[in-house]
Formats: sequence, C-alpha cells, structure tokens
Amino acid sequence: MLIIYFNIETKIKRKKINNIKDKIQKIFGPIKLSLEGGQTLKGTTIAYSTWGALNTEKSNAILICHALTGDQFVTGKNPITNRNGWWESIVGPNKIFDTNKYFIICSNVLGGCMGTTGPSSINEQENVQYGMKFPIFTIKDMVNLQLALIDSLEIDQLFSVVGGSMGGMQALEWASSYPERVYSSIPIATSYRHSAQNIAFHEVGRQAIMNDPNWQQGNYYNKEVKPRHGLSVARMIAHITYLSEGAFQEKFGRDMQSKVLSWGFDADFQVESYLRHQGISFVDRFDANSYLYITRAMDYFDLSHSYDGDLSAAFKNTKCKILIVSFTSDWLFPSSESLAIVKALNKTAADVSFIEVESDKGHDSFLLEVKDFYEILSGFISGAARKKGI
Amino acid sequence: MLNQLNKKLISSLIMNNAKVLDIGCGNGELLYHLEKTKSINGQGIEISPKGVKESVSKGLSVIQGDADIDLVNFPDNTFDVVILSHTLQATHKPKEVLIEMLRIGKKCIISIPNFGYWKYRMQMLFFGIMPITRTLSEPWYSTQNIHLCTIKDFINMCESLNISINEAFRNTTYSIKKVNKPNSYMNNLLSIEGIFVLSNDIN
Repeated sequence: MLIIYFNIETKIKRKKINNIKDKIQKIFGPIKLSLEGGQTLKGTTIAYSTWGALNTEKSNAILICHALTGDQFVTGKNPITNRNGWWESIVGPNKIFDTNKYFIICSNVLGGCMGTTGPSSINEQENVQYGMKFPIFTIKDMVNLQLALIDSLEIDQLFSVVGGSMGGMQALEWASSYPERVYSSIPIATSYRHSAQNIAFHEVGRQAIMNDPNWQQGNYYNKEVKPRHGLSVARMIAHITYLSEGAFQEKFGRDMQSKVLSWGFDADFQVESYLRHQGISFVDRFDANSYLYITRAMDYFDLSHSYDGDLSAAFKNTKCKILIVSFTSDWLFPSSESLAIVKALNKTAADVSFIEVESDKGHDSFLLEVKDFYEILSGFISGAARKKGI
Repeated sequence: MLNQLNKKLISSLIMNNAKVLDIGCGNGELLYHLEKTKSINGQGIEISPKGVKESVSKGLSVIQGDADIDLVNFPDNTFDVVILSHTLQATHKPKEVLIEMLRIGKKCIISIPNFGYWKYRMQMLFFGIMPITRTLSEPWYSTQNIHLCTIKDFINMCESLNISINEAFRNTTYSIKKVNKPNSYMNNLLSIEGIFVLSNDIN
C-alpha cells in the first residue's frame, strides 16, 4: 500500500516538474556558454521573470539575484509552490523595488532547476539528463549567463544589481567583473569568499545526498526513487545555519508536539517537526544534483583568488555605488566578512555604504521584514535613482 | 543657531564638486547640505547604526565605522576635503586620527568644542562641576567625549606634530569670524569651539 502511494506520489511529482517549463514566464537561449573551468556548455538557456517596464533610456533595470535555493519568482504567486514570491514584501507596485518605476529582472541561476540549464536538463549529445556529467561551474559563470541575458535585452547598464547570500556573491561579482555595466550594487548578508565553516556545512549536505542510496551516482531522473532523504537532511542542516540560536529559542524553545513524551525518536519537539517539514517540503521543489553543483559554486567563490589574495585589486575599476548590509545575528555570513569587503573598497576609494543591521533572525534576516533593513534599502535605492535621474 | 553657523562656514570652505569625507557624520545633515549646495561627491563614516541608517536613507554614501580604526584603509590623498566636526574629542587616539586625516585628505576641516570657553571655565570655577552645555550636553559619566581639550591645547599638539594651521575661526555662538591669532588668550576664552583648516601639503 505504502509503495503504491509513493509510486503515485513520484508520478505526480514528475508530471509537476514536466509542467514547470510551461509555467516559466520567459526563456533566453540557447547560447554557448564558456565556463571558468574551461568547458563549453552548448545549448544553455536561462529562465527569467520580469516585472514593470523598461524605460526608453533603458536606465531603470534592476537585476535581482536569488540565493542558493531561490528562484526567479521574486514576487507574485510562485507557479510551482503556489506560495508568494520570496521577496514579495519589497518587490511590487509602490514597494521598495517599485515595479511602477523600475524594470525588475530575476533569472534562475546556471545549474538551477527552475528552467535554466542545469544537471536535470537534457544533455542533447546523449539525449538524457546531464546528472553528474554536468560541468562544474562558478558564481562568475552564473553572472556571465546573466550578462548574456542583459545583453539580449539591450541594457547597457543596470541601475542596480541586488542579492542576499549567494545572490550577494553575484552582486559582488558584477561590481568586480563588469563594473561599467552596473550603476549600483547591493550585496547583502554575503562574503567575497566562502569561509571554511560554510564549506564544511555544504560538504555535510552534499555527503547526505551522495550517501543516499537513491542518489544512484546522480542518475535518478528516470528512476522511481530519488534521493529524497539525502536532500531533505541537507536542507535540514542548512536551515539551522540560516537561523540563529536566539531565533530558534524564541520560535520553539523546548515546546513539545504533544503533552507526553514518545520515549522514542519521533519528533517530540516542535523544532524537530519544523526541521523535518522544511526538509520534506524542499525536496518537492528542488533537484538534488542542482544542490550539489550550486553549493560547489559557492565553495569555489573567492573574489580575491585571481588577485593573489588582494581583494581591493578585484575592485580596482569599481566605480558603482555599493551598499553592503550585514546582520548582527548572522553567523553564516558574519559582519566581519562584510567589513573585509568594505575595507577593500575603501582602499580603492569606492563609493560605498555599509551597515550592520540589528536583527536576531540570523542569516535569513535578508528575506524577512526587518524594519531598519527596509528603510536603508529604500533610502539607498531612492537616493541612487535621484542621482541617476530616474 | 550654532549648527547653521557651522554649516555655513564649512560650506564656504569647500569648493564645488569636491570629494569630501565627513568623519563622524552623524545623521548626514552636513553631507546632505553639501551635496545639495556644492554638488560634492560625499562619503561619510559614522559609528552609530542609527546615524548610518538615517544617512543612507538620505541617499548618502556612509559606512558604519570608527575613526580610530577605519581611516587607515583609505589611500593617500583620496579626498579633497576631510571634515571632522566635533568628533576628535570622542576618539581614542586623537593624535593618530589627525595624522591619518592629513594623509588621506588634501585639506582638513576640524572643529572641536573648546574647553577653554569662558562659560565652561565659570562652571568649573564657581560651581565646581564638569561643564554641561548645549554642545557638551552629557554628564561626565555618560559622555562620549573622552579627550576634551582647549583651543590652546589643540594648537600646541599641532605645533608638536609640525602641522601648520592655514586658517582658524572663532565661534562666539552669535557669529563666526576668522581669527588671525588663533593661539591668543582671548580667542581661547571667547570661542565656544575651535574651527581649523589644515592641509597636508605644508608638512
């Protein structure tokens, strides 16, 4: 009975994923993408969504870069999860990123599973999903693909590029590699390089996936079973790092699911139940191989690497306005990481603003309604718009 | 009154389109004023998150930082003008901050509350208490002003560092006037603050 149930469930999921392509608003490509690792990815497509309208000067475009498990559905109803977009509260008409005023673009990252070419895409040479044959790619490769999209939209200079966490890495990469293509950049809760601790957490997540027997060396796409448990555990671990000790305590404390203990290993505590739910709901919307590849791209990220560790050299041509934001309780991307970027930018006399926002909500603060954060974003964006004459 | 006078004077000392750093820029009021009136390219440093928030919300470029620590990051002669308005007395190492300012800025405008001002002296002499006024409003136990000095003290420090003072101004709370002898007894007595223009090309 249970097996039948799972079979049906899997089939429904597959059907759902097949429908994803229809639900994605826009696709650019295919193009040939040269990767930092030396390989060339043929037939690369990028899925993206836009809101608002590009003005005649093409000066009002904002590129929003999503984080590790985010997607291009920033605002409005996400057609896959049926939930609100992940930055719904600040992107929309008369919101901070005002869609009446700006042309907002958000694309699914390279290697993602929401329409952009990734490990779950069909490798046309072999007529089967790439799986582990997908080449390793980097944050810069993601940005290069975005650049091709921006070129295709004939936008010479983005008014702003903004993102939190891995999205912040992309915002930094834009400011470093394509400084003339951005008027302003807003890297939030991020770093110029992935720290040892962050690589360590990612490695545990990847091992959880790869040690799931259903992972099958990444060739699970046409199989009945998928590495659901591995991906779910990876998400549970990651989710702990997105919150803070204080946030967990405040949200759950030692609250129980029921009044009596199970005297076993059921989810007695609400925090356990919450994490299990986070893990299970994640596997419905995310591809395990994408998770492996994208976490790897974050691990490989180090803006100073090409400059013998001199981060300021990475920003030597950066003339755009930059706003860097960190959060006090973010232990995944602590303020010290942001400060290192600020120092490097000061060395090049760049136009930079930095603030450490007080929040007890951990790394996830950038996705949540933190009043001070919103006020700063709003002030920065409207100030920059005033200066650019938008 | 005091602020308006100050703003007007500092504004008059800055050329159009200059690259300006305001150390301890507070809520960004001065930078905002200068951007509007002088089209400067402004940058601020402010230690309080509230000040940074208010500044950035005005569209200014301000980093949350500390004058004692963060000036070393800027290259030589980055700015046309560096402003340190009522901040030197709150730093841990005023001498080092001053030297750093002169390294990163071609011209420096510094204002300090003058502890030698006659009203402060009166409070000390007749009431025996640490002066509390509009400009020095916090009591001794909660003030951030840990290195208060007089105009004379400041000038003596500059002399010991071979820093020449290009211009000096007297603020009597009613008016601000240029003074030719900043180290005079009367200036130290009558000015509520010392305002100095220093430049790094004379070292």
